[in-house]
Amino acid sequence: MSMRGNIMELRTSPHLHGQKTVESIMLNVVWALLPVCAYSVYAFGLSALALIVTCTLVCLLTEHLACKWSGKDTSINDYSAIITGILLALTLPPAFPLWMGAVGAFLSITLGKLLFGGIGFNVFNPALVARAFLQAAFPVAITTWTPACYVGRFSGFAPSTLTFPFTTPRPVTDWVAGLGVDGFSGATPLSLFKFGETPVVTDTMALITGNVAGSAGETSAILILLCGLYLIARKMMEWRIPAAMLGMAVLTSGAFYLYDNVSYPSPVFVLFSGGLMLGAMFMATDMVSSPVAPLGIWIYGALIGFITVIIRLLGGLPEGVMYAILLGNALSPLIDTFTQPRIYGARKKAKAEG
Amino acid sequence: MFEAFRKHSFSHGIHPPTHKELTKGLEIKRLPFADELIILLSQHLGAPAKAIVNAGQEVVRGEPIAEAGGFVSVPMHAPASGIITKIDLCKNMRGEKTPAIYLKPYSGASQDVLYGADQDIEHMESKAVIQAVQNTGVVGLGGAAFPTHVKLAVPEGTSIDTVIGNGCECEPYLTTDHRVMVEHAKDIVHGMKVVMKAVGAKQGIIGLEDNKPDAVQSLTEAAVDEPTIRVQALPTKYPQGAEKMLTKAILNREIPSGGLPSEVGVAVFNVATLAQIGELLPRQQGLIERVVTITGPGVKRPGNYIMALGTPLQFILDHVGVDKEVSQIILGGPMMGPVLATMDVPLTKGVTGILVLRTQDIHKPGKVYPCIKCGSCIDACPMHLNPSRLGMLARAEQYEPMSEDYHLMDCFECGCCSYVCPANIPLVQQFRIAKGIIRERKAKSA
Repeated sequence: MSMRGNIMELRTSPHLHGQKTVESIMLNVVWALLPVCAYSVYAFGLSALALIVTCTLVCLLTEHLACKWSGKDTSINDYSAIITGILLALTLPPAFPLWMGAVGAFLSITLGKLLFGGIGFNVFNPALVARAFLQAAFPVAITTWTPACYVGRFSGFAPSTLTFPFTTPRPVTDWVAGLGVDGFSGATPLSLFKFGETPVVTDTMALITGNVAGSAGETSAILILLCGLYLIARKMMEWRIPAAMLGMAVLTSGAFYLYDNVSYPSPVFVLFSGGLMLGAMFMATDMVSSPVAPLGIWIYGALIGFITVIIRLLGGLPEGVMYAILLGNALSPLIDTFTQPRIYGARKKAKAEG
Repeated sequence: MFEAFRKHSFSHGIHPPTHKELTKGLEIKRLPFADELIILLSQHLGAPAKAIVNAGQEVVRGEPIAEAGGFVSVPMHAPASGIITKIDLCKNMRGEKTPAIYLKPYSGASQDVLYGADQDIEHMESKAVIQAVQNTGVVGLGGAAFPTHVKLAVPEGTSIDTVIGNGCECEPYLTTDHRVMVEHAKDIVHGMKVVMKAVGAKQGIIGLEDNKPDAVQSLTEAAVDEPTIRVQALPTKYPQGAEKMLTKAILNREIPSGGLPSEVGVAVFNVATLAQIGELLPRQQGLIERVVTITGPGVKRPGNYIMALGTPLQFILDHVGVDKEVSQIILGGPMMGPVLATMDVPLTKGVTGILVLRTQDIHKPGKVYPCIKCGSCIDACPMHLNPSRLGMLARAEQYEPMSEDYHLMDCFECGCCSYVCPANIPLVQQFRIAKGIIRERKAKSA
């Protein structure tokens, strides 16, 4: 009779719960992104560091204040705003003016996420929504590249980084020339290939290790791959998305390469250049804006890989990952609808209704 | 060997911590009689039994005290020698008051069990076997409590080639089937033979998970002289004890949506049910007791106890000793078992275990987020449903699309989706409510 006085808790089963939570998933994505950030800072110095910190802080602040003003509990402790901030910074040129980065970060949270209803409801990857805006608004700044691993990157900022808010940055050409980096043309490997008088193929080792010009966090393909594999091993990332996306990119570019190996780059170059690896590992895999059922996931990944290569090889832009992913995001509800899993014991045809 | 293992499983499912080490090595012990036993007349699915005794009547242990109330019903037998004190309402595990027979055991009585003449099952007709099984009052002892003899009556136009003995016991904490398999393997094999004969099956397969190697060994030894019966070890996974999952794992056959196992030539019986058939049938005895695992961090002497049906829960808990901090008592396992709201209920045929949790052991649900579409539930659902979409529809109260387009009615509420959901969405809980509403609407429109 010992427990007559106890309060009995009434709950419905199941009475056990697994370890994974939204917070733990998001936090692990942050952990996985940190090495990529670290390499970015190593390669591009203080400018990259300032850009990553600015974007992340503005994302957190925007989300926090928006929640406060709408009378809700703050939602920054789910860590998802940090991911958005870091990802946005990693896709921008390392010497991107900080004020422009801040505008992007503000828009990623407001336009990309909160407008749709916050975490779980965004249709598009918030970081890419902001990047698409920045690409349209600041076409010059977002294609102004600086060399990787130049001497003196830890002693000062690139001149464009500290541009006064709402003013246009001065060209960095003279500054870059003063750095004394041999053979730097102010172009990324992708644009070198696409817009060079004769296509220039960057050395594969340089692409893999990231000693090339490019966005702050997109250059070291091998590091991004390893960080993504960590998340896959922890079962916090859908492995099918990068598998489908990278696989399809290789297949599509392989077909072009076989057709004409002078005008079109090799699949290896396609795989390790530009933002493909970061996009495949950390952007397209955004859970909210990708399909949920396995078949749909394969279709989604393959579609993005295909469109990326088509834009790169046939389109007017050197890089197509961002638009490909945004397009994939837009299609994912539709893909979901048509790829419902086949249930256990499904009957061939629903019984005719009496 | 690995290839063989890989084939014998079902897809999806989860691996919750098993917590079986508390009781899996403990031999089945007998609990004494309580001062009063309460035999509910409706402790199985189907029609309630009808009392055939009156207040003041003396009964002998094993004597029939209620007869079956129809074909889908079973008789009840006196769990102890004593006197019927009254026939009155008593709360059942769900809190509803239903008719019950109150029995006061005689403390000095010999408690010998009354049983009938030996029956020669080998030479009995299938119909006679079914009748004999009904007379024993055996129901599905794995928790469903569906009258066993009904499953033996194979629907016309179908034939059963395989009988599966279900020894998976995939729910965490529970070890009743495990101990029965270790200690009563011969009875299980014998029961399997009876059932195979009744349904006309060519083979019998006892499926159990590979985390019970001692049970695999004892069953294999018991079945060594039976060429038509074999033991199949399966990789441990929840919810393998579900009929549909087990049929898929062992035979790679899928029971059609809304259909019966007999449609694919299969009949599935819990091993404890088989053991009781094997033990009771030859001497026409009735089902009067069962093995229950009483476990959990709130229990002082956890174990596997055999006890008379009708034993009050309070008596059981007093006997095994419970912690002062107890705040949750779960009937069955933690994945699917309901929580008890009252102690004033008696043991029934379908109770597999009693799990006692203290305040600090209870999983406190964390913050509920909107679905982040991670797909964990889809990878967990053994029925290959889309719990993510179903959950969103449930929130929007879109019940028709849930059942028509997203197969809600195929959900058997194993709870895998809620277990894995990182957003803490109470998915299976929402589905239970939705299923109730859909059934209600169907009943109204019919």
